[in-house]
Amino acid sequence: MADQARFAELAMEHMSSLYSAALRMTRNPADAEDLVQETYLKAYRGFGGFTEGTNLKAWLYRILTNSYINTYRAKQRRPDETDLDDVEDLFLYNRLGGLEAARASRSAEDELMDLFSEDEVKRAVEELPENFRMAVLLADVEGFSYKEIAEILDIPIGTVMSRLHRGRKGLEKALYEFAVKRRLAEPVSNPAT
Amino acid sequence: MATDPAPLKPQCDDALHEIYHLLSGELDDAKREQITVHLDECAPCAEPYDFYAELRKVVQQRCHDTAPPGLLSRIEDALGHEPH
Repeated sequence: MADQARFAELAMEHMSSLYSAALRMTRNPADAEDLVQETYLKAYRGFGGFTEGTNLKAWLYRILTNSYINTYRAKQRRPDETDLDDVEDLFLYNRLGGLEAARASRSAEDELMDLFSEDEVKRAVEELPENFRMAVLLADVEGFSYKEIAEILDIPIGTVMSRLHRGRKGLEKALYEFAVKRRLAEPVSNPAT
Repeated sequence: MATDPAPLKPQCDDALHEIYHLLSGELDDAKREQITVHLDECAPCAEPYDFYAELRKVVQQRCHDTAPPGLLSRIEDALGHEPH
């Protein structure tokens, strides 16, 4: 049987990142808490079969995403957007890279940070179509490798890459729309010169 | 800053195409070396690279929430009810 103290020692340090990811997935704090608790219970029950030294964090995320897909996804399915094809490479850079605000102290790391509020970045991620959102969350927020994401989501690595490609485009587009709303960028489809 | 972009060389095309993969640490050693050398030499490519490096940091830092104070004890409680 699993050793509960050992399990807690190894697994509980990931609680806040699991909770953050759960919140991006469910977009609801109560559901996110339930999802994290469910993840830990399932992980504990399976801990006996877990080999120490292998990637515990990736395994926890695998349980988290599977639980989310099984329990919550049906409730809030959204149509996948298909209008990302017009988003070219360097979409956001071409529109914001020349901004005075971003340009004045480009070397300062805080510039782009100041441009978007926490709420805007979270919403931009949360509004991504689900498959893209999961890929972006795992790669760009949690820093998992493409190979790890393929294992977590149980999909081929090529699928990971295509979801990431489109998810990143979608994220750039959503952030651009926030910038336009705040009149930081022009609402045109061509880069302002 | 470059409002008058020079025509892209094939190396530029290649580097710009790989920005996200480079930032994700997904390029093999040879490819990574080839692109970082190019970025050191080519300001018009280094600029978007820096932009996306910073964007990645922004997304990472902005997407972190702290778990609510009761969650840890709630989970430990639930684990305590599991058979040992």
